Amino acid sequence: MARTGSAGRVRQAATPAEPGRLDAVPEPERYVPTAQEYRAFYRLMLLIRRFEEKAGQLYGMGFIGGFCHLYIGQEAVVTGLQAALRPGLDSVVTGYRDHGHLLACGVPAHAVMAELTGRAAGVAKGKGGSMHMFSVPHRFYGGHGIVGAQVPIGAGLAFAHKYREDGGLALVYFGDGAANQGQVYETFNMAELWKLPVVFVIENNQYAMGTSVNRASAEDQLYRRGESFRIEGLQVDGMDVLAVRGAATVATDWVRSGRGPILLEMKTYRYRGHSMSDPAKYRSREEVSAVREHQDPIDRAARELVELGFATEDELKAIDREVRAEVAAAADFAEQAPEPDLAELFTDVTASGTPWT
Amino acid sequence: MDVRLPALSPTMEVGTLARWLVKPGDRVRSGQPIAEVETDKATIELEAEADGVVEALLVPEGTEGLPVGTVIARLAGVDDGFAPAPSAAPGVAARAAPATAQPVPPRAAEGPGPTRRQSVREALRDAMAEEMRRDERVFVMGEEVAHYQGAYKVTQGLLAEFGEKRVVDTPITEYGFAGLGVGAAFGGLRPIVEFMTMNFAMQAIDHIVNSAAKTRYMSGGQLACPIVFRGPNGAAARVAAQHSQNFAAWYAHVPGLVVIAPYDAADAKGLLKAAIRSDDPVVFLENELLYGRTFEVPQGEHLVPIGRARIHRPGHDVTLVSYSIGVDVALEAADALAADGISAEVLDLRTLRPLDEAAILESLARTHRMVVVEEGWPRCSVAAEVMAVAMEKGFDELDAPVRRVTDADVPLPYAANLERAALVKPADVVAAVKAIL
Repeated sequence: MARTGSAGRVRQAATPAEPGRLDAVPEPERYVPTAQEYRAFYRLMLLIRRFEEKAGQLYGMGFIGGFCHLYIGQEAVVTGLQAALRPGLDSVVTGYRDHGHLLACGVPAHAVMAELTGRAAGVAKGKGGSMHMFSVPHRFYGGHGIVGAQVPIGAGLAFAHKYREDGGLALVYFGDGAANQGQVYETFNMAELWKLPVVFVIENNQYAMGTSVNRASAEDQLYRRGESFRIEGLQVDGMDVLAVRGAATVATDWVRSGRGPILLEMKTYRYRGHSMSDPAKYRSREEVSAVREHQDPIDRAARELVELGFATEDELKAIDREVRAEVAAAADFAEQAPEPDLAELFTDVTASGTPWT
Repeated sequence: MDVRLPALSPTMEVGTLARWLVKPGDRVRSGQPIAEVETDKATIELEAEADGVVEALLVPEGTEGLPVGTVIARLAGVDDGFAPAPSAAPGVAARAAPATAQPVPPRAAEGPGPTRRQSVREALRDAMAEEMRRDERVFVMGEEVAHYQGAYKVTQGLLAEFGEKRVVDTPITEYGFAGLGVGAAFGGLRPIVEFMTMNFAMQAIDHIVNSAAKTRYMSGGQLACPIVFRGPNGAAARVAAQHSQNFAAWYAHVPGLVVIAPYDAADAKGLLKAAIRSDDPVVFLENELLYGRTFEVPQGEHLVPIGRARIHRPGHDVTLVSYSIGVDVALEAADALAADGISAEVLDLRTLRPLDEAAILESLARTHRMVVVEEGWPRCSVAAEVMAVAMEKGFDELDAPVRRVTDADVPLPYAANLERAALVKPADVVAAVKAIL
């Protein structure tokens, strides 16, 4: 009884009508793109998809080692969100499923692929690998292998934007699994307390490794996870790039206006296993194929591009050929590029470059 | 009834009677503030323990260095009338302040030039203030660093000078604010993250190791993490196992980190300034028992290079290697050994990563005997590392096995006698030296 009552109060307290509360976040609208924008979204999603497929192949061939987490199925999330950022100003940070984010930030495919194969020409000189990639010129701050660690780091990037008064914001991606980490809530508290310019994005792909959201989360409506910190949340169809892009406008406007953080829950789905070594026995083949057939973000964009007259079937095929060629070239490069010089073992440990012992 | 100066913090040994809030003849109620006492951590109002009338105030306002237990006033009980007139001088409580509360004789600070006497606490504060004046990107964050003026008063006065933007009180969320600090460093700032004690940094060690220390390497040299994690480390006084651990060896193990643990005020200041200017993440280990100790500190700009040990006391029969409060133990042992005609050299490592191997080996080449003194556990310790250096690289110079003298290999007990028995002490060092001579 007490439990029900207290839960009821919690819910009530979270309604936007509460006195002293900031006005509610506007309801996002599905974005209305220009032909050029929509084609760019399509191309980027396709690039990420083909890139990840190729990475899977290279993993199977032994070119890529260790852990390799593919982003296939989730492409609309990063594509729609990154389009709302100001390149060169806003900061981005994510977890270990990061290949798509690098591509969306504009890091060349061959530099990402060469990092996956552990080559000197990789974006982190081959020292980081799949989970630990960085590109400071693109304001991409990782690539973090510890689940949830990127969340306070992202708030710190936002802190730096606010401190420097440069008008930038930080976009922090994390998964439904990371959403249960304690440090996420420590961060929510500070971010709202200090009104930090940060967009928290939960990429809810429904499974934290092999555990579904419902089996791991007492509150599985993850957009509500900021309520007790007074952080507004929105739930978004993460399989529709225009829905994501629309929500990105609302979220970035909110944050840039100085109202502190906002939380976006992107309902999405990963088609592949958690990592390459995941047999994916925790869900049925039917479940995966149903999403692929009915909700695939790339198929949806392709259909709509044609319907809107933004592209012909032939033009889409041309884009596909172009992307495949780009990915193939990246893979060739990554297979053939030399490994790091052995002297690199002892560089970049400290500022002086000295391998202190 | 006597009103004695109480211990108002675990490490308080002396206090300052800042202000009387009552005068003789005043009636006071139990719980009513009667005086303001400045401790090593804060200014605290001293409350009357019972109803009564103020009979006499025995200590003038502004008296500094009052040992805990000093009778500072007399109250007459309301019902039993005035007590007999006070006898002679105010008595000092039976519990005399330990020897460490006495000012230590000044030891030569690095380099010539004018110096002034300062506590370690003040030296640390000045280091931060000077660097914050010098570099707009430097800010300090942590629990109680701003309005409370620092849980141990290390950040005292910073809020008034630099404001809330640069002196940031955090919630009690070490994991979160350590990670946030790392992100701020990635974003181009130079954070100083204070942990109230390093014991609580255990909650944050993931960010110190995984996020701060490894990123430069993982990013192929693109992304630096210029941040200082600082706070008191090691045993304090009677705060028992969960608040009394030396984490030096943990951090000194990690490539990518700089680890500093100074002993005196001059090094505390010069090394903290160097740490703030470093482009690497620095773990700066202070010691609560040393905060109130005073030393000579060079005036003006004073920087101490990271990675250099320092000979505190030259000698030729044996080298005592130590750092932080262990140096105090080693110096005391050296004094005792000198009385027996044994000349001990005391080498203060000051920086634990990078370790000044050359200084260790040079001293060993002069004395040919070595004892490592560490206020911390013996296993996989800094002492163990120094011994390994001596064995691997100084074997031919050794005339005897290297010994280590450390705390007992147990969680630190609370009981006073057990605590004394557990902590490293000069007599153990003297015994170890005599065993290898």
